[in-house]
Amino acid sequence: MRASANRLALWLLMAPFLLWILLLVLLPHLDMLRVSFQVRESWDSLAWGLTQYQNFFEESYYWRTFVRTGVMSLFTTALTLLIAFPIAWYIARLASGRAKGLLFLACLVPFWASELVRTYGWMILLRESGLFSTTLQALGLVDGPVEMLYNDVAVIIGLVYNGLLFMLVPLVTTLDGLDENLVEAGYDLGGGHWTVLREVVIPWAMPGIVSGCIVVFMLTLGSYLTPILMGGKDSAWFTEQIFTQFITRFNWEQGAALGVLLLLLSSLIVWAGLRVTGQSLRKVMG
Amino acid sequence: MGKDSDLCCDQLIRRFDHMTAVDQVSLDVPAGTFFSILGPSGCGKTTLLRLLAGFDRPDSGDIFIRGQRMNDVAPNRRPVNMVFQHLALFPTMTVGENIAYGLRRQKVPAAERRKRIAEVLEQVGLPGMSDRNPQQLSGGQRQRVALARCLVLRPTLLLLDEPLGALDLKLREQMKVELKHLQKSFGTTFVYITHDQSEAMVMSDQVAVMRNGRFDQVAPPEELYRHPATPFVAGFVGDNNRLSGEVTRVSGDTVELTLAGGAQVSGLAVSPGLTPGQQADLFIRPEALQLQPTVTGERLSRLTAGVVTTLFDGANSRVELEVAGQTLFARLPQDGSWTSLAGGHPIQLSWAPALARVFAGATP
Ligand SMILES: Nc1ncnc2c1ncn2[C@@H]1O[C@H](COP(=O)(O)OP(=O)(O)OP(=O)(O)O)[C@@H](O)[C@H]1O
Ligand SMILES: [Mg+2]
Repeated sequence: MRASANRLALWLLMAPFLLWILLLVLLPHLDMLRVSFQVRESWDSLAWGLTQYQNFFEESYYWRTFVRTGVMSLFTTALTLLIAFPIAWYIARLASGRAKGLLFLACLVPFWASELVRTYGWMILLRESGLFSTTLQALGLVDGPVEMLYNDVAVIIGLVYNGLLFMLVPLVTTLDGLDENLVEAGYDLGGGHWTVLREVVIPWAMPGIVSGCIVVFMLTLGSYLTPILMGGKDSAWFTEQIFTQFITRFNWEQGAALGVLLLLLSSLIVWAGLRVTGQSLRKVMG
Repeated sequence: MGKDSDLCCDQLIRRFDHMTAVDQVSLDVPAGTFFSILGPSGCGKTTLLRLLAGFDRPDSGDIFIRGQRMNDVAPNRRPVNMVFQHLALFPTMTVGENIAYGLRRQKVPAAERRKRIAEVLEQVGLPGMSDRNPQQLSGGQRQRVALARCLVLRPTLLLLDEPLGALDLKLREQMKVELKHLQKSFGTTFVYITHDQSEAMVMSDQVAVMRNGRFDQVAPPEELYRHPATPFVAGFVGDNNRLSGEVTRVSGDTVELTLAGGAQVSGLAVSPGLTPGQQADLFIRPEALQLQPTVTGERLSRLTAGVVTTLFDGANSRVELEVAGQTLFARLPQDGSWTSLAGGHPIQLSWAPALARVFAGATP
């Protein structure tokens, strides 16, 4: 009697969570999977088939954008890690009490504005008539206005900026827990800075590094506004193509196929990343 | 600075914002010595050890190791290793990898590395444990791994920061003896810091008693116990009784004090220039107090005290006494004849004045 009452309570508590998973995660994805295998024969008849997937592999524009998005996301994630690590080290290990809180807050402030506003901020700085361009001209370093927007570098700057906080939080948390004596022992037993970093600090911070990388990679891969607003004609992002299929072309079948492929790509890369670093998802997330 | 001294410090000073944590400390540790630094919490022991390891720099003074000046040498280049208070074993490495870490830094080839790891694990009594994780070991085993990790590098000097502090009493007793044997078998010079006087006494060849950043006395344990140079050492090392009173007579090196209640006691003058009328403290060990007045004509100092209670503790049983508002402890004889002393019962104490030590008063 007691046991069954407890089980009921547990189910009731879990219900909102389960509903959320079912309605917002599982159902749409299953439906997307179904739609992606439907082929429209005429305006009112459907058949099962692989046409959409065939399209993807035959149309080089699709898969080139796909590979480009994957590679650039990986690169952005690595760059974010490189930039975030020293900042996290400073916040976690060197800054004291009050300064620590303020620095963390400073990293958080940009996220009070929406992604659109943040991206617009970068556009103000980088565009032809923007701050950087005019400053360079005023200093006499360049002759005419320089366009720094609408290229891959601009896209990566924007993406790194968007991902930074999500890398910082797990890094600061793990580095905070690193015992100062471990670092000292690393030196004491004969290690230099580089050795201590490689053998003591990074293995310790690995769960934070991996979870930060997963979050930033997912965010970057799925980002939409930044690549569209800051990228040029030939820096297409894969999400943009999904958008086009769904909204502009009204080709839901093709859009669904591309969506499934993107999901596969991100799962595959995250899985490979976990395998390579020898971490398990449970350890990283928990 | 002795020629064969492994460690020599000269007038080391380390100041923090508002206090001097290490104040003009000079020390000289001959090769192969077990040297302890003993002092109460917060007296600057860890700060001193960090200066020796190189994690911190002295504001003034010099550190020499085997005659080489070390002040400007980075911690990873000093022939010194440290066993940390909480051991600081690398949690992401196995026992073997922990020990290999230092060997790899010394570029010892893999085959020899394996041999030396197996050898050192054997020596500390953990054969075949190389593949375990530190988290899978008991406190005492972790302790040994931390030692092995340093000893395998054959340092000139091994620094130990209260390494037994985290162990339970029984294990601590056992590790004390083991540490001493290990030190002898490796022949490495140990600098060991602790606030536990029994650890320092059991293991050391030399003990430095530290207080407020300074050394009060540096001596072998027995000398420290029998001939403390300051009232602080007398009170800190081993059990001791303190009787405060006024100096009434000085004859040669024997001083007579009059206690508040009018009783007169005598002991050996340690502080120079004691004169009648001055406040002074007499220290007498519990085991030096005799409960049965001996009949011999020896000149003994005698005192009548009231029994408060007896404290039975096997071979270490004592009786708590009270005289003129001051508390005394005396060791009970081993034959069990004195176990039933009633409270309030007066008792006659006596001791040889040469065993009591008198210091000028006004000590806290
Ligand atoms: N980084 C520091 N900044 C300021 N004061 C410090 C610092 N490190 C230590 N102190 C002070 O120096 C004094 C000595 O500290 P230390 O850690 O050397 O004591 P200790 O003898 O090792 O004590 P314990 O037995 O409790 O470990 C203490 O009063 C401490 O507050
Ligand atoms: Mg300490």
